[in-house]
Amino acid sequence: MEEVKLIREDGLRIDGRKLDELRPLKIEANVLHRADGSAYVEWGQNKVLAAVYGPRETHPRYAQKMDRGIVQCRYNMAPFSVTDRRRPGPDRRSVEISKVTAEAFERAVLTEKFPRASVDIYIEVLEANAGTRCAGITAAAVALADAGVPMRDLVASCAAGKVGGKIVVDLGKDEDNLGQADLPMAIMPRTGEIILLQMDGHLTAEELDKAMEMAMDACKRIGVVQREALTRRYSVRSGEAKEVDTEANGGGNDG
Amino acid sequence: MGNDRGRGRKRQDWFGGDGRSGNFSGSDGNGRDRSEGPGGRDRGPRDRRDNDRGRPQYRGRPQVEQTREVVLPGDLLAHGRSVGGPGTYTENGVVYAAQLGVRTFQEGKVSVLPLGGRYMPVEGDEVVGKVQDVNPNYWLVDINAPYPAPLHVDESPWQVPLGETARYLAQGDIVVVRVQTVDVVKRTKLTMKDGRGLRKLAGGMALEVSPSKVPRVIGKGGSMISMIKDMTRCMILVGQNGRVWIDGEPDMIVLAAEAITMIDRNAQQSGLTDTVEAFLENRTRRGR
Repeated sequence: MEEVKLIREDGLRIDGRKLDELRPLKIEANVLHRADGSAYVEWGQNKVLAAVYGPRETHPRYAQKMDRGIVQCRYNMAPFSVTDRRRPGPDRRSVEISKVTAEAFERAVLTEKFPRASVDIYIEVLEANAGTRCAGITAAAVALADAGVPMRDLVASCAAGKVGGKIVVDLGKDEDNLGQADLPMAIMPRTGEIILLQMDGHLTAEELDKAMEMAMDACKRIGVVQREALTRRYSVRSGEAKEVDTEANGGGNDG
Repeated sequence: MGNDRGRGRKRQDWFGGDGRSGNFSGSDGNGRDRSEGPGGRDRGPRDRRDNDRGRPQYRGRPQVEQTREVVLPGDLLAHGRSVGGPGTYTENGVVYAAQLGVRTFQEGKVSVLPLGGRYMPVEGDEVVGKVQDVNPNYWLVDINAPYPAPLHVDESPWQVPLGETARYLAQGDIVVVRVQTVDVVKRTKLTMKDGRGLRKLAGGMALEVSPSKVPRVIGKGGSMISMIKDMTRCMILVGQNGRVWIDGEPDMIVLAAEAITMIDRNAQQSGLTDTVEAFLENRTRRGR
């Protein structure tokens, strides 16, 4: 048994959450001016920014596919995103996350609509506190929709895991470090199709089933927040018009 | 065209057709539209190109106003025997949205009018491009699409001796071109032949709007754009790829650019033409 009690006497988790409770999630769409689409996600203490460019010409050229487009992704953690300064640049872990993220989105994006081109996703982790790949994917999905990239569905992502002998959802930093298993998952909420599933640690077959079921449910809840972020963004637009207008009129009167 | 520069009073007016299916050529005749426009001001000297041949052929924009419902990728649009139009995909006979946009019904099809996204070249589109690279027998033109498009010397309006391409169009020049062909892998060929208004642009200023907002910038039957032209006395050109080129008096160029940016930003708003008109009126009055 671990020294730290990850599940408290009262059955709640170390940070006071219930077993199936998510950390607070906040999503904002269209936050970057120069990107074709972008999103900012605050998920617990994670802060993640995603930018999407394209479809645009594929670089490097050898990666081009004649019959369809491709999805490229760069997941990057800022040097200041963790407690001990992280050495900048790609490492083994971020190369892996970039790869699995790109492959997940390749399934969701209708790549056949833009042969030879690529959609490029940039995920920047500004603050990390466990679950950044899920936060990154969640942000990137909103950014893709914001960029007007054709896709089958939004993509929602959340992890489940085993902590102190219990299956829980959306692991926090301590749970991730000291827990027994971590199971990040990404789905397309409409069909429930799994497009990313990884596991770190050990789970029995029954535990895996339970964890997947819980992660699936959590992903669907995240999908709802994503939808809200996008609809909010695109209904605010009509209100914004008035603001801009009064501003313009005000300027006119000053002169 | 370089000689137009700075002659602010001169008003020329034509633009890049309306909406997706629009045709540039209709724009020539826009002078006629405008004469019925607000105030019916006198036109001043006009360019030769600007004569009244050809009536504008505005095909109506899809009626977005009635059923404006924002849909997200994966949203169910229709069951049963419905046919999906642009911006949708079909799975097991059910139509879903493929893009963030506004759900519309046109020609018996459910489609999504995108709220954003890149320009995808379509044959016949007239676009504003920027010369990216010069080669002995063709120019590479950036038309704001995912793919740069070649303009072969044979498709230019000039007799270009081999290797002298740079004398006609240099890197960075802005041109109005038509998309001649787009093949299955989206290889795009351009032409500058047999089209009124296909030419090199000189002077003025270029800006970009979202290609999906182009129909809005032009307005129903060109109402929006001709109103802006009228009020700013600028020459304005809107390419299907979302590039806008403006020329006129410096102050007025800025004003027109502001108005167009405003449309781009508030494209979903109804009654936008009036809003923009009020804005321009306010600003021009202040100027005097």
